[in-house]
Amino acid sequence: MSDAPDPREEIVEHLPALRAFAISLTRNHATADDMVQDTVVKAWTNIDKFQAGTNLRAWLFTILRNTYYSNRRKAKREVADVDGVFAESMSEKPAHDGHLQMADFRRAFAQLPDEQREALILVGASGFAYEEAADMCGVAVGTIKSRVNRARAKLAELMHLREDEALEMTDSATMSVVSQRVAG
Amino acid sequence: MVGHMAPDDKKDGRKDPIDEHLKRVYDEVLQEDVPDRFTDLLNQLRQQDQSKSGGKA
Repeated sequence: MSDAPDPREEIVEHLPALRAFAISLTRNHATADDMVQDTVVKAWTNIDKFQAGTNLRAWLFTILRNTYYSNRRKAKREVADVDGVFAESMSEKPAHDGHLQMADFRRAFAQLPDEQREALILVGASGFAYEEAADMCGVAVGTIKSRVNRARAKLAELMHLREDEALEMTDSATMSVVSQRVAG
Repeated sequence: MVGHMAPDDKKDGRKDPIDEHLKRVYDEVLQEDVPDRFTDLLNQLRQQDQSKSGGKA
């Protein structure tokens, strides 16, 4: 067992995913990277708490989200310090039909409550199972599922509204029909 | 509700636009180059360990 890999050497492989998760939580590039930095230091110095053979990424994500929520508690406020990373991508080239939807998705996504956005990212984007996500968030599996469902419902609602507005912008009569259809 | 499928599995095989957007937003960050500050940090941590423990792995 003497050539078992040092999990600390694997941390670098998880940095892109950690950054993506951090940005989805904080919606601010600078804050996210600071948080990832804190996470790396904590993980490194507490590596003895990591059980070899278990999911290192999940462990790192858990440290990161604990850092985020404890910072949030200290700040005693949840100010959306959105610098546009998730609200709007600077690098995104306008696609003929996808652009508006992506911009609206980003805006809608940034508006979700932290716990819902986090659940959606863990389960929908990072590829964790519901059970893993529940473990990492310290809640029941049912809670994660409910957060994911609420997040998706909210996003669908916001995006459909925008989609319809984009399509029917010049026709107010159609708009009233569209609003009725969405509300129905 | 029993949920043993992957979250974006749909019985009718359609892809969920929310999942598509979600993955795209996430993947964009995944594809960014990791800033030097992190690799520098890891190097720093490694060196600190080595100097503290005199070469212990």
